[in-house]
Amino acid sequence: MSQIETFYDVMRRQGITRRSFMKYCSLTAAALGLGPAFVPKIAHAMETKPRTPVIWVHGLECTCCSESFIRSAHPLAKDVVLSMISLDYDDTLMAAAGHAAEAALMDTIEKYKGNYILAVEGNPPLNEDGMYCIIGGKPFVEQLKMAAEHAKAIISWGACASYGCVQAASPNPTRATPVHKVILDKPIIKVPGCPPIAEVMTGVITYMLTFDRMPELDRQGRPAMFYSQRIHDKCYRRPHFDAGQFVEAWDDENARKGYCLYKMGCKGPTTYNACSTVRWNEGTSFPIQSGHGCIGCSEDGFWDQGGFYDRLTTIKQFGIEENADTIGMTAAGVLGGAVVVHAAVSALKRAQKKTQEKVEG
Amino acid sequence: MTDTDITIRIPNPAAPEPLEAARLTGGARPEDIEYIRKEGAVYVYEAPVRLWHWVNAAAILTLMGTGYLIGSPPPSMQIGEASQQFVFGYIRFAHFAAAMIMTVGFFGRIYWGFVGNRHARQIFYIPITNARWWREIFFELRWYLFIEAEPKKYIGHNPLAHVAMFFFVTLGMIFMIITGFALYAEGAGQGSLPDTLFGWVLGLVGNSQRLHTLHHLGMWSIVIFTIIHIYAAIREDIMSRQSMVTTIISGWRTFRDDRVE
Repeated sequence: MSQIETFYDVMRRQGITRRSFMKYCSLTAAALGLGPAFVPKIAHAMETKPRTPVIWVHGLECTCCSESFIRSAHPLAKDVVLSMISLDYDDTLMAAAGHAAEAALMDTIEKYKGNYILAVEGNPPLNEDGMYCIIGGKPFVEQLKMAAEHAKAIISWGACASYGCVQAASPNPTRATPVHKVILDKPIIKVPGCPPIAEVMTGVITYMLTFDRMPELDRQGRPAMFYSQRIHDKCYRRPHFDAGQFVEAWDDENARKGYCLYKMGCKGPTTYNACSTVRWNEGTSFPIQSGHGCIGCSEDGFWDQGGFYDRLTTIKQFGIEENADTIGMTAAGVLGGAVVVHAAVSALKRAQKKTQEKVEG
Repeated sequence: MTDTDITIRIPNPAAPEPLEAARLTGGARPEDIEYIRKEGAVYVYEAPVRLWHWVNAAAILTLMGTGYLIGSPPPSMQIGEASQQFVFGYIRFAHFAAAMIMTVGFFGRIYWGFVGNRHARQIFYIPITNARWWREIFFELRWYLFIEAEPKKYIGHNPLAHVAMFFFVTLGMIFMIITGFALYAEGAGQGSLPDTLFGWVLGLVGNSQRLHTLHHLGMWSIVIFTIIHIYAAIREDIMSRQSMVTTIISGWRTFRDDRVE
């Protein structure tokens, strides 16, 4: 693979100075939670390693992952990542179209068998033989399986590829299926979120290219460095949660004071993501900082967890639509009533028996 | 549990003037005196079982109260700055502390199932292969539906209570301990001991919100059990042929008659 340039070559060709390059390496080390000793390591890897080809395919999705990715806060990171991965196929970003694009895909697979990374944005629908998503005249699921066959690893971008997202929400008419349930024999990294944070996306790719291995994953297959804690664990409003100071209504005094949004249905306590630390848009803000609760977009089945503004999930089983408290209280109430009636009948029966015994006795 | 080796005690005619003190308490008929001479009681619940019952009851009441408040927090309080106030933190602390006590108690109870008397083992299994036991469940159901005129005598839990104990208490508590620790592991953080032991539950359920809901429904099932349990214990204490409420205080089950069926 001598014809492939190293990352450093590409950066220099793009007019990036050595100084900027070193800055980028330091920033990446910091973003990945590595010590300063890793900066020269990253620089060395960048200077000597050939670029890793990446095929980026799109299934049922809204392109918000791509939109997020190209807005990576540090402009250099975006440029570098976009150019350092040899993005050989991405039907949204590439210049080629039609047959030329499909030919590029086949070329890349053929040329780098077993060496390329497959990035999947969106997911394949399986109903009607996959007819709900057609790429280049064929169902997307076929393109996905073909591209996955020789991939070194797969990155599932966003909630769609990782868990299914809105198209897989109940009743899931197209049977949209997350990637790990279709491709069973490849290492898969889930980078959930709708979309995932840009820096998280570039961070994951940089880690894989630098160290030539998958980042450490948690039990659900997400990079532990970004998804090991809940929004809640690092939320700057957490002291108000512990104090029992909550926003009670959207326009109340507590909302103005920036109290905890728990009662407004914030899903921060049940959502694993890096929003409260990395934040969005160059670290400007994140939903809770803007006064709106977290909707839990990086969680499995987040569309089916009841309303975004309810603390307790609406349960839809048994043809009812109530939360656990309403169900429990109703059941306890009905039972309490039954107990009272039962006690009354018991007392009557007993009185009746006594009278009978008296008469007979 | 099924003792077929029953000794029927016969009063000793050679005994001296029996139970003089009992006569002094008044109202004793000759047949009363005859009856209380017999040991009309069985020691069922040993001290550790009784202690566990009451500690467990207190822990569960605390867990229900605090658990409900964690799901539906009390109105915001403005005692001071957030740094000086820890209202919700204390509610959660009480929940976790009671849960730890309940868990330790449950393990102690399992231990006592091994070393205690035969009644200490009853709540940990149900004899589903015993046809007679199934018939007795339906008998007890008919008693509760006012179809049977008179209940039977039982030393341990009656078959219906046995089923309730097994599903609501034994399995119910195991479910609450596992889901509860899985939720606790989220706060304790990945790599912590609770996470190492119970982190797999979150992976199984998939979504922490869903896990919260399951734990919440578990609480309501225990509320329902508590209502049935207290009502049935008081009702049986009044209407059945043996003691109920005093038994879990003293450990002795007393019987009201000496008929063999």
